[in-house]
Amino acid sequence: MKLVQWVTIIVSVGILTGINYLLEENINPYVIRVVVNCGIGMILAMSLNLVNGCAGQFSLGHAGFMGVGAYTSAAITTVLALSPFFKTDMGVGCAIVIGGLAAALAGYLVGLPSLRLKGDYLAIVTLGFGEIIRIIFLNIEEVGGARGLPGIPPKANFFWVYLWVVITFVALLRLLRSSYGRAILSVRENEIAAESMGINVARYKVVAFVISSFFAGIAGGLFAHFQSFIDPNSFVFNKSVEAVIMVVIGGMGSLSGAILGGIIVTVLPELLRIFEQYRMVIFPLILIVLMLVRPMGLLGHKEIWELFRKKASS
Amino acid sequence: MTTLSVKTVFRLGLMVGIFITLFNTGCVKKEGATSGASSNIASGNEILVGEYGSMTGSESTFGVSTHKGILMALDEVNKAGGVNGKKLVLKSYDDQGQAAEAVTIITKLISQDKVSLILGEVASSRSIAAGAIAQQYKIPMVSPSSTNPKVTQVGDYIFRVCFIDPFQGSVMARFAINNLKLKRAAVFRDIKADYSVGLANFFVEEYKKMGGEIVADVSYASGDMDFKSQLTSIKGKNPDVLFIPGYYTEVGLVARQARELGLKAVLLGGDGWDSEKLTEIGGDAVVGGYFSNHYSHEDQSPVVQNFVAQFKSRYGEIPSGLAAQGYDAAMVAVGAMKRASELSPKAFREAIAQTKNFQGVTGMITINEERNAVKPAVVLKVVGRQKFSYITTINP
Repeated sequence: MKLVQWVTIIVSVGILTGINYLLEENINPYVIRVVVNCGIGMILAMSLNLVNGCAGQFSLGHAGFMGVGAYTSAAITTVLALSPFFKTDMGVGCAIVIGGLAAALAGYLVGLPSLRLKGDYLAIVTLGFGEIIRIIFLNIEEVGGARGLPGIPPKANFFWVYLWVVITFVALLRLLRSSYGRAILSVRENEIAAESMGINVARYKVVAFVISSFFAGIAGGLFAHFQSFIDPNSFVFNKSVEAVIMVVIGGMGSLSGAILGGIIVTVLPELLRIFEQYRMVIFPLILIVLMLVRPMGLLGHKEIWELFRKKASS
Repeated sequence: MTTLSVKTVFRLGLMVGIFITLFNTGCVKKEGATSGASSNIASGNEILVGEYGSMTGSESTFGVSTHKGILMALDEVNKAGGVNGKKLVLKSYDDQGQAAEAVTIITKLISQDKVSLILGEVASSRSIAAGAIAQQYKIPMVSPSSTNPKVTQVGDYIFRVCFIDPFQGSVMARFAINNLKLKRAAVFRDIKADYSVGLANFFVEEYKKMGGEIVADVSYASGDMDFKSQLTSIKGKNPDVLFIPGYYTEVGLVARQARELGLKAVLLGGDGWDSEKLTEIGGDAVVGGYFSNHYSHEDQSPVVQNFVAQFKSRYGEIPSGLAAQGYDAAMVAVGAMKRASELSPKAFREAIAQTKNFQGVTGMITINEERNAVKPAVVLKVVGRQKFSYITTINP
């Protein structure tokens, strides 16, 4: 790696640690909670964006993969708790990565047979798989069943979540700019054309699906270790829809758009709490208006810096 | 290409950084730099009480009923002059029946609204999740109707005004022996539900202690549709009563199949039976069965009748058990506030822990060392389609 990259990494970790310190010392815990939830939303939205936005496949089962990550990592740190190591920061970090890998494996198993389908059919199949995964957890007594799993070490704070936001962002950005990413994008644009150019369409779809599931699993692991409580109810179909909304609001295929979507879908309902029970009426109304005004999503296919560049050149 | 992406990443990082700093400085100005939860009740002339519940979502009836009960209780107290001349103000938020939402809003209640006491939740899972936060900031929390024993084990700031699951089991055992005078019982438990296993264990223990005989103890798993093989083996033992501490869906099916097989035992159960769906699914087969519950609006005691009349005139409906428990939770909390040595969450906690013989709508409430309510249960009889009638009250 170049010196410049090392400096960037060190500087960003430094910035994150600084902000984390400032937050924990000064800011009220509710605001921290919303900011961290934003981060988890961003990771979830960016990961789903790879499948729904970039590869052009419509997945409706993302909460399921989030659940796999959450339950696997939480099981490692609470139920199994092989050594006290898994209660420390590093141990929880490892557990979250293992959770991500488990989700990736689940993504592979689900993706392999179902990605032969397209459009609506794929949406239904992924929806089904998402529900199956949830029902499996509902029936495993060892992780609490319907009661949920309490007492997960609350180690995921601002620093860890936003570190993962940066990792996810950089990883996906670099992926999209690699030949792999170009191949994934070509699948979205025109499958037949891509195939005739020698691209193994099915393979790239699965690749996108597995990577996406991995980061969804990471989001789940962070979620579990932030809330310190999970139950199958946390990963219902609605959660998948929420992720889809984030991607659509931000703009399909735009990474920065997914981040924006993650922020909006997390922060807006909190700001609307003043409306009490009408909150969940007003929130969808705002979404509808947003979709009418910007059918492409806030950023469309573009990234946020591309918008700035255009302005600068004109 | 690489340097470009690094540059853009750096720029973006900077932007996110700026965004977060702006976001936070804005909040700092508004909220003041306080991280902990130090409620300043002494200075103002209001006491803030927090409530969180499922006002929307699939379990919205639970949250809304409870909310109505709490609201009525606080209005009543305010009309009578409040607590030490201070008015009670309720801050209530919706958790959509989601544990994650419950955790977020209880943090908001504590850190932003600075409430000094919290009421909630109905579902045990959400009470456990959010209770951990209340415990962390040392704000007392009173759950109106979470019956799982684990709820109050979260910590010494978590209380409840309902009885716990095991108690119901012993109530039905005593009812079977003392009131029905039936001494041969079979137990049919839902092996997958904590709730059911708890009830069954305590039923068996109490029933044997009182001289009854358990002739069969078999199990099913929630979600099962066919219970005939287990029921046939139960029938062979010829029990007088069949205790089914499950939820109404399976209970309805079990009752139907039991009658089809000609099993004549009296059916008994717990508050999992309390749904109009019970007779919808079970039909005439469940009629004649008895189950324990928290409260009955048919109870003729003046406290209950007074509450029912007031609730009816205010909301135009008969209060459900959840509304009665919401009312009691608020009243127990208010009673403690009045007795507290000073107006602080810590003093409130001490006072709630000392609650003794508090006359609530759902019975005489005493808080024990495990911070659970020791109080009577009522026994209801299924008398017809969607009709339950009050039979008796059984004291602990």
